[in-house]
Amino acid sequence: MSHIRISSDPIDSAAETAALARGRTDIGAVVTFIGVCRDDEAGEKIAALSLEHYPGMAEAEIESHVREAETRWPLLGVRVVHRTGRIEPGETIVLVAVASAHRQAAFAAAEFLMDYLKTKAPFWKKVEAAGVTHWAEAREKDAEAAARWKAPARDAAE
Amino acid sequence: MKVLYFAWIRERVGKAEEDVSPPASVVTVGELVQWLAGRGEEYAYAFDNPKVVRAAIDRVHVQPQAAIKGAREIALFPPMTGG
Repeated sequence: MSHIRISSDPIDSAAETAALARGRTDIGAVVTFIGVCRDDEAGEKIAALSLEHYPGMAEAEIESHVREAETRWPLLGVRVVHRTGRIEPGETIVLVAVASAHRQAAFAAAEFLMDYLKTKAPFWKKVEAAGVTHWAEAREKDAEAAARWKAPARDAAE
Repeated sequence: MKVLYFAWIRERVGKAEEDVSPPASVVTVGELVQWLAGRGEEYAYAFDNPKVVRAAIDRVHVQPQAAIKGAREIALFPPMTGG
């Protein structure tokens, strides 16, 4: 009941969320996280991001974390869609939508998946600003956010 | 074995992938990185700070001390910045 997609096509978040719950009446909560391209990166005005990924591994890595989320929380559906290629400010980079009977599991699983995606899924952002490009730096706080899930789910939720 | 490079490591090496045959003395991922760094100026530049190099063997994350024996595909890349 999971759907993982990596594509250079724009992400239609309403369509993705609708697809998750279509024809289902057992779902009581859907949490959708949408990661959007900002117009600044660490204080610098940017024109666009270009995302590169490791085909095959990126899908497998997301899939294994979706499987882990499914063992931690009672989930009824998961959709993860990640864009690659050139993305301009205001456009969606990533969508994580999680369905469950109740909100707690959906909120927690969506956050868990995003924290892992940031640090473990093989994607790299190149920043395009004022005609020059440079690779985005990994952030320490993203690593810290992912590390806190290493504790049992119950402890992490308290 | 096939070695893949991503992001700025790919740009510095100047290619996305290649087949390499390291000597038998190269046992771990960390040693492979060290061996690659000695292959020329572009490799020395790509691997000038081995601490930031992340690796995957057959599409699974591994630590620098992981053994490369039997690997079909080894990917070397900087810390990930997706999401």
